[in-house]
Amino acid sequence: MRLGRVIGTVTPCVVCDGLEGVPMLIVQPLDKRKNPVDSPIVAADSTRMAAPGELIYYESIREAALALDPWFVPVNDAIIGIVDDVHYFDLEET
Amino acid sequence: MILGRVCGAIHSTINHQFYDNRRILLVDRLGLDGKPSGDYIIAIDSVDAGAGETVLVIDEGNSARQIVKDDMAPLRSIIIGIVDDVEVPEL
Repeated sequence: MRLGRVIGTVTPCVVCDGLEGVPMLIVQPLDKRKNPVDSPIVAADSTRMAAPGELIYYESIREAALALDPWFVPVNDAIIGIVDDVHYFDLEET
Repeated sequence: MILGRVCGAIHSTINHQFYDNRRILLVDRLGLDGKPSGDYIIAIDSVDAGAGETVLVIDEGNSARQIVKDDMAPLRSIIIGIVDDVEVPEL
């Protein structure tokens, strides 16, 4: 799992079966310190509550499909949860 | 499996029900020299790993689901061990 920030929504008019009504959100992957890395992706939202601007954590490949119900759907990334707070233990940054 | 160091914790109330009241930890991936390699992973804890501890993380779904005994868990990364010592002899 990795951190991400929801930066937009995607409203598909035609999707394959099993994905009807599943919210699709544009997620910007983040590094450990919440800085953007890589290019944005589109992730299905298993919580159905994430909104643009929120910090989330998402899972990829098979575990993304498992997060949805019905689970056997063609999904590559899925939002697993919304982050309330990331508490960093102050280790010496080597 | 991955060598990691527990460097943070994630607090989340709205999440997939599997992750309810589970410790979700931020883990730095370590190089063999024991130093963070810059990459990180979010894993759940199964051995009560504490802050700054070097840990062993499984990053594969089927193994993770075997550990939590839940075939439908959307889980891939789980901390399965706390490392006391890493030894890499000079070959």
